[in-house]
Amino acid sequence: MTDYLLSVAILLALYVTLSVSLNLLAGYSGLISLAQATLFGIGAYASAILAVRFGVDLTLAFLVAVGATIVFALAVALLSVRVRDDYFVVATFGFQAVVVSVFTNSVRLTGGPMGIKGIPKPTLLGWDASSNWALLLLACILAVASIAVEWRMGRSAFGRAMRACRDDEVFAQSLGKNVGRTRVVAFVIAACMAAMAGSLYAYYVTFIDPASFTLTEAILILAMVIIGGAGSIWGPVLGAGLLVALPEALRAFGLPTLAAGNLRQIVYGVLLVLFVAFRPEGILGAEAGLKKGDR
Amino acid sequence: MQAGILTTEGLTVRFGGVCALDQFSFAVGEKEVVGLIGPNGAGKTTLLNTISGFLHPNEGRVSFAGQSLTSLQPHAIARLGIARMFQDMRLAGTLTILENLLLACPHQLEESMCGLFLTPRKSRAEQKANAIKALELLASLGLAKERGETVRHLSYGQQKLVSIACCLARDARVLLLDEPVAGVAPRMRDQILDLIRDLPGRGKSVLLVEHDIDAVRRTCDRVIFLDSGRKVSEGSAEAVLADRRVLDSYLS
Repeated sequence: MTDYLLSVAILLALYVTLSVSLNLLAGYSGLISLAQATLFGIGAYASAILAVRFGVDLTLAFLVAVGATIVFALAVALLSVRVRDDYFVVATFGFQAVVVSVFTNSVRLTGGPMGIKGIPKPTLLGWDASSNWALLLLACILAVASIAVEWRMGRSAFGRAMRACRDDEVFAQSLGKNVGRTRVVAFVIAACMAAMAGSLYAYYVTFIDPASFTLTEAILILAMVIIGGAGSIWGPVLGAGLLVALPEALRAFGLPTLAAGNLRQIVYGVLLVLFVAFRPEGILGAEAGLKKGDR
Repeated sequence: MQAGILTTEGLTVRFGGVCALDQFSFAVGEKEVVGLIGPNGAGKTTLLNTISGFLHPNEGRVSFAGQSLTSLQPHAIARLGIARMFQDMRLAGTLTILENLLLACPHQLEESMCGLFLTPRKSRAEQKANAIKALELLASLGLAKERGETVRHLSYGQQKLVSIACCLARDARVLLLDEPVAGVAPRMRDQILDLIRDLPGRGKSVLLVEHDIDAVRRTCDRVIFLDSGRKVSEGSAEAVLADRRVLDSYLS
């Protein structure tokens, strides 16, 4: 039982990090990104490859994973922040499709559809971090750090600039804000958070395959942000809590795992549609949320 | 006339076959309020958009305090000290009045990640100074009580006032104002016009686009009449408004 709760808690902490990271884009910047699960995946794959092939320490794997993700994130951001709204969604959708296809097809690097097995349990600067308690601790530190970074950013002049770029690009430019740069910075910081979560995820599950980083996952993270409340600090945390707890609750009601899995997709979908239609600001959302100024 | 702080030379902007600005040259002097009038489609807003970098001219150049603006991006031009108020009222609608003003302040260490995370104390002190300045400005405009209101819930006139307040908070040397009193209630109109009239006293120059002839008379040192992208008449408000070509243009 403890093992079960521990595994749910680790997943929860990782999903909190992911939804907080996406909130920086979807909430503050008004950029609905479908690439967050992909950046999470790049972090996971980079760590897994380093750990399995080179047996490197968690710290190094972590840093390389973040570095690799920043490179990808910069490339995507520099190309896609020129467009916004629907076009930005399509651009990030394209990116995730390409990367998932690389995960699936470059068998020599990523193991293809079979994924990467046998990721060794991590050591951190000589400390044996192989127990789930140690991973939970690391995942919680990451989640809390992500929330703290977002809190500081959201309340700062940078946060105001992000929201101004979301509300009215032209106005923001007329006040000397470099709209493109602001969005690239937000995108890259969100990518760093996702990459760190990915790195820990790989060490935690010890086996990764492309199925963990697909569009379904991207939409799940987006649902957490929207349902919890885009543009607020605690909204995405609550959203992650609800959507991680939901399948566990369904299982607790005695539904067979397969049925619970399918039902889960339906419940996510219905919740997402209902929230977007009737409460776009989410449960705890700032007034603006995903809505654009209705002037 | 003094040497211009803002000048254009032979500025030409074409949209397809339409020539919105045709070899337009003019200058705004230091501490001068220049009015730009003309019928709809004369090229007034096009001129403001070209100066502030949202449009690139096909020919000609814009310079500000001796520096060419022609190839700069809008945010870079804004940072040099040119503030812009838009005709179609642009503000950060989901932010409060105070937040909009803070956004407009020119010194923002906190907008870079280095300033935000590496020198937090210094950037916080700067933000505090910005807040004091913004609150003073709001108090002087009679908006202190409403500072926490979300901008998109304000009346049209109040939004115009906030737009102007944002321009003032920029500490800019030149303000480009596009129809600041159009559609504004009489009392607020007087307040805005007095404010504009005061700007040269604070060392600022203004380029004012306005249809309201009386407002132009009350505020402008010099008036330029623009039609079909060309300068038709230039001089004091009285002289330009008495010009037969101007009357013909408005009445025809």
